Amino acid sequence: MLDDFLTRAALAGVGLSLATGPLGSFVVWRRMAYFGDATAHAALLGVALALASDLPVEFGIMVVSLAMAVTVAVLAAKGWAMDTTLGVLAHSALAFGLVAVSFVPGVRTDLSAWLFGDILAVSRGDLAFVWGGAVAVLGLLAWRWQALLTATLNEDLAHASGLNPDRERLVLTLALAIVVAVAIKVVGALLIAAMLIVPAAAARGLSRTPEVMAGLAIVIGAVSALGGLHLSLWQDTPAGPSIILVAALIFAATTALGRRFSG
Amino acid sequence: MPRLSEGRSMSLIAAERICVGFGGAEVLHDVSVGVQPGEIVTIVGPNGSGKSTLLRALLGILPVARGRVTRAPGLRIGYVPQRLALDRSLPMTVRRFLSLPVRVSDAAARQALVRVGVPDVGTFQMASLSGGQLQRVLLARALLAEPQLLVLDEPTQGLDQPGEAGFYQLIADVRASTGVAVLMVSHDLHVVMAASDRVICLNGHVCCEGTPKVVSSAPEYRALFGLGTQGALALYQHVHDHDHTHDHDHSHDHPHDHEHHHA
Repeated sequence: MLDDFLTRAALAGVGLSLATGPLGSFVVWRRMAYFGDATAHAALLGVALALASDLPVEFGIMVVSLAMAVTVAVLAAKGWAMDTTLGVLAHSALAFGLVAVSFVPGVRTDLSAWLFGDILAVSRGDLAFVWGGAVAVLGLLAWRWQALLTATLNEDLAHASGLNPDRERLVLTLALAIVVAVAIKVVGALLIAAMLIVPAAAARGLSRTPEVMAGLAIVIGAVSALGGLHLSLWQDTPAGPSIILVAALIFAATTALGRRFSG
Repeated sequence: MPRLSEGRSMSLIAAERICVGFGGAEVLHDVSVGVQPGEIVTIVGPNGSGKSTLLRALLGILPVARGRVTRAPGLRIGYVPQRLALDRSLPMTVRRFLSLPVRVSDAAARQALVRVGVPDVGTFQMASLSGGQLQRVLLARALLAEPQLLVLDEPTQGLDQPGEAGFYQLIADVRASTGVAVLMVSHDLHVVMAASDRVICLNGHVCCEGTPKVVSSAPEYRALFGLGTQGALALYQHVHDHDHTHDHDHSHDHPHDHEHHHA
């Protein structure tokens, strides 16, 4: 079954959604959209460094993404203006990555795959990595779920209950780095943040509890991945943008629907 | 029930000569406070007097520069924050909120809402509650942890006068039925002082401390709040005469015996 590239591509998209649904919900609730962007853009630098030093690409992505995420978290804790700081970091990371990649022979020709994803070229090994990473993130979030929600709602409240909000933030930072490494093959560095935010935002209008929103975000992410795959295959469009296009259409539909319900 | 008149050694929570500062500016200087089991202690003071800072230092959210904070071993604290910034992106029913961070049964959740006087809001979205309803739901959540100490940071901010009086009456009722100790912060004096056993007047340091009657006639208190606070005294005496008919013999530094509340 896994011999079929379409099956592998579909499974990769669904697997990724398992992680991006719940994590994306936290990105929306905690207003970390730009944070996700900065982390994802750093992935390209990770690709360049890994290829230049003969390390596994996924490893390079995870290390550089984690370093970026920690940098942003530290700067935020020091009270830097986050909007400007993240803007500088997100775009610099992308620029550094693009320049670094241009020095690595072989990647240059392949650049659009890293930027926009190449879901139709997912190998068995890639698939195992996507599912392994996604299940790890899902498990991490499920394990810390109650604490994460409490800290998201109010940090003082979490503190008074004996929780440590800094630790919960670290959990999200780690999960984000894993998701970036997992997602780059599927949607590409430029649109990883979109894969986190758009399905979760689409789920918001139809949800009354955090759990429903996270679950719906998984479903919407999976449907978007399959729809985008279909589009990419038959119209020869780039995979990542096609997936996000479908997600955006679902967002428009659920937002209109949600407004009608509440109005 | 052990006698509680032995002084600070019986404190549920205590600060001993603490100093707290932010970036060089000292907000609290040499402050000592303690809360005994079953008593209602109110911290009053003008804006910027360090009231919330003191609460946050007691809860362990802020580090102390000097002195120390001690808690009774295994102390369970129910915390009601000053306000809950509810982001509309996070769907949250009242029922779901009551299960943070510890999941509670439907029966316990219903009972908690009945106790605080908002039995019908369980299915409501948190963001749709009125100010008064929200404060009561926050209190219900804090009570579900079966705390020995309730900590409330300006709990009636944004409520009108009847709402305020009703809320403090609720606190007094909860204390009477459960024996929970209460530590709260307020900048409004009249209503809150009437409901307190002991008042601590704070302005960077402890200006004066004692029963509402003692504090409201203390020169330090008059200097901070002026003479227009006679109303507080009148109201206090009125409520006081009706609630407790026996003799009180209070002095500044000796929190009085509370056995009469459970007699």
